[in-house]
Amino acid sequence: MEVFQSHRKSSSNNVIVSILPFYRSAPPLEVRLEDFEFFAMDRLRVLKGISDGLCRGKKPEEMEKLVVDLWKANMRHPQAVEEVNKDIISHFVLRLVYCRTEELRKWFLSMETTLFRHRFRLESSEAQRALMSEFKLPYKAVSNAEFESVKDKLGQVARSMGQNLAAADAIFYKVPFEEVPDLVSGRRVFIHKGHAYVAMNQVVSLVVTQFRSYISKALILTNRKWTSTIREQEKDRLTPIVEALCTSYLGPDYSQPQEFGEISIKDIDQVAKTSFPLCMRHLFEKVKEDHHLKHGGRMQLGLFLKGVGLKLDDALAFWKAEFAPKVSAERFDKEYAYNIRHNYGREGKRTDYTPYSCQKIISVTPGIGDHHGCPYRHFSEENLRAALVRMGVSSRAVEDVMDKVHNRHYQLACTLTFEAVHGSSCDAGINHPNQYFIDSQRVLQSKNGSVA
Amino acid sequence: MTKEEADNGRDDMVIDVPGQANAVPDGFNANYLRIYYGKLFPHADMFKWMSYGNDGKHPGCDKSYFGRREFSFTLENDIYIRFQSFNSVTELENSIKEKCPFKIDIGPVYSVDPAKRHAYAQSGDNVFTPVERELVFDIDISDYDDVRYCCTGADVCLECWPLMTIAIKVIDTSLRDDFGFNHILWVYSGRRGVHCWVCDGKARRLTNEQRAAIADYFHVYKGNENSQKKISLPGLVLHPFLARSYTEVLKGFFEAKLLPNQNLLASEERYEKILEMIPDASVASELRRRWQENKRASMSKDDINIVRWEQLKSILQSGKQKMQGLRRCVEEIVFSYTYPRLDMEVSRHMNHLLKAPFCVHPKTGRVCVPIDPNNCDEFDPTTVPTLSQLLEELNRGGLRQDAENEWDRTSLGESVAFFRTSFLQPLLKSCKEEIENSYNAKLQQSKNDLSW
Repeated sequence: MEVFQSHRKSSSNNVIVSILPFYRSAPPLEVRLEDFEFFAMDRLRVLKGISDGLCRGKKPEEMEKLVVDLWKANMRHPQAVEEVNKDIISHFVLRLVYCRTEELRKWFLSMETTLFRHRFRLESSEAQRALMSEFKLPYKAVSNAEFESVKDKLGQVARSMGQNLAAADAIFYKVPFEEVPDLVSGRRVFIHKGHAYVAMNQVVSLVVTQFRSYISKALILTNRKWTSTIREQEKDRLTPIVEALCTSYLGPDYSQPQEFGEISIKDIDQVAKTSFPLCMRHLFEKVKEDHHLKHGGRMQLGLFLKGVGLKLDDALAFWKAEFAPKVSAERFDKEYAYNIRHNYGREGKRTDYTPYSCQKIISVTPGIGDHHGCPYRHFSEENLRAALVRMGVSSRAVEDVMDKVHNRHYQLACTLTFEAVHGSSCDAGINHPNQYFIDSQRVLQSKNGSVA
Repeated sequence: MTKEEADNGRDDMVIDVPGQANAVPDGFNANYLRIYYGKLFPHADMFKWMSYGNDGKHPGCDKSYFGRREFSFTLENDIYIRFQSFNSVTELENSIKEKCPFKIDIGPVYSVDPAKRHAYAQSGDNVFTPVERELVFDIDISDYDDVRYCCTGADVCLECWPLMTIAIKVIDTSLRDDFGFNHILWVYSGRRGVHCWVCDGKARRLTNEQRAAIADYFHVYKGNENSQKKISLPGLVLHPFLARSYTEVLKGFFEAKLLPNQNLLASEERYEKILEMIPDASVASELRRRWQENKRASMSKDDINIVRWEQLKSILQSGKQKMQGLRRCVEEIVFSYTYPRLDMEVSRHMNHLLKAPFCVHPKTGRVCVPIDPNNCDEFDPTTVPTLSQLLEELNRGGLRQDAENEWDRTSLGESVAFFRTSFLQPLLKSCKEEIENSYNAKLQQSKNDLSW
């Protein structure tokens, strides 16, 4: 088996196997069909758990613990060799599942990279160094002389992160800043003339970038192989399993409006009051108030309305009417209509855009003049409380919601809001604004016998 | 004069105005533009810039390079055409003169000529995708409306323009010292902001992820009217980049200029905004009490803002303050008023189109001229040459044999000269070296490959 292993040859010539594979090549094992599916599903649970954790804005230390727990619960095996096998096999199976579209690849890459990052951090520093050399990273440790000249700045960076510059034998690597985007992004390194000074404990970032880049290319290759040979060859055996694994997992994508969920322009006002989640209510109120929304807000609200069942013509009429006090009909047709039609897949490359999920909305940071993003994350406490009260949430429930917000469980906060407003429980939790809408309509329909 | 008046049969208005032979009424219209593009717009310089040394003179040149660059034109009636490409300076010049675009945008260099894009797939092997693009930044003074009281929206004056000046200083210094970039062009956007073009080869080849990392490195001001705290500087000390920006640029500017000019502490409405940023309510109350009692700067002749700022600083920075959040409060206040507010989206993606330098802004008639970052204190947006002013200057010069370099006769001459000597020439020199080195390296490698 071509498992790539990291060895540490001790004096007694015992080879210690590191359990962190790089997935360099597909294992030439024979795998039972059931294992094919089960291994993949177990790994999928790990990846989904990671996805949920990220959505809730968990801090790195929390994520690390989460990864450990998820791995223990789903991927452990008493025999190390079996565990490594399952690790590798499940990864390659999921590559087949997630190579097929850009969005799937992006998700898989993101989760596998996060998984790898945390598993790597948990390795011993010797194992880490060995893994680094396997990735052939050609970065030299900073010489003592150079270290002395930048020590002050390195110390500043460390203290800015609440750490101390390690003892005198701290090893730093000098790498082009392009190699460590996430360290640059968070201002966690000192950069000078294009070089970043990376601490040993940040070396993770270097390796993860390599890993990510490798997996990204591998996914494209896998996709090519899948479409050209594998899918056809395996149409009676693996293909149905692969296809089922994907769609059953991600859930509905809300790009096609539900049967009963068609709404027309005259219904929007009413339905906004009763069934919109806070993020969309806010955008809706703002567009009515300002007669304008910036691009991010137009996308988030526009796609949501599409998912809710607003037809293209009604959408054009809606936005045109709302913008009318500030934008002439002529200017609207020139500057805004195209984008709306684009969202509905009628222009350009005719992609039918999917309304944004909570995960996506939470990850966005609204800028100046923006009103999109997740209000549970971005509103000040005062503004959020006021908004909740306006929605009709009781003061007791507001406290519960704020408690979730303080712990950065934004989707749970939204779920509690839903429950408070509708007086009924929402067991599945809110993952998507359109899901909120549909569930809301369902509750109201069952109460009134009609769509509100 | 309005656009309609200008258009009514005044084809050669350069000569037509009665009374003043040379006077050209203020305005922006196709007729003016035609002359501008005919005599003043520096087509050849733009071509040389966009070719990045690939002029065909060296065997290592890529002759297809210029032809793979996307331009987009906004024509007179708001007609917008994308994916314009040209194979020579003549094609570029003729197209501009013929179409007379009201705005020219520059996009990325693609893998193939944009004109042929339909023959290529969206994904897979033969893709139509951006391969090079300058690293760009866009700073707009209307994003600072909450900290300037002299103007709002699209207006700009000499009181608030310095906010742009310090933004240039902070970003320019960091691009050079931290990231090691050298070929940086700052351009006045024509009305209310500045653009930055980083043209080093390394910059042009940055991936979207790397661009996002740089944008995030600069991202300190976060939030909008819905969130309360827009600047958060945790940590015991500031990262060297932030510390340098504070001590070298922001602190001085805030204390000496912005504070007194915008009267940030003179009235209750304005000082409340600052008091809101102090996390310790008792400190805020203490200051509020003091300032409410002394509505005038009593004994001191000094500006009331400065007096009050000193009081604020001395309380917050006194050794008595134990509270964690207060440590960096003074810096946070200064940063929230002065730190550059970049439009993050502009910088993150390779395919973002940005207005070309030397365009004329339709609403102000001002030319988008380069700004010297080493002298940006001297830049005055209210004296930037306008279209009508330039045409008037051309008239005064009379007819000349030599049709080259007409800009020398006008105020534009200075800008073109600066563009050439400070930016274009050093850039092209560096590009040539790069092409030569890369060519030689390839030759060497093929020699090595052949050697047995």
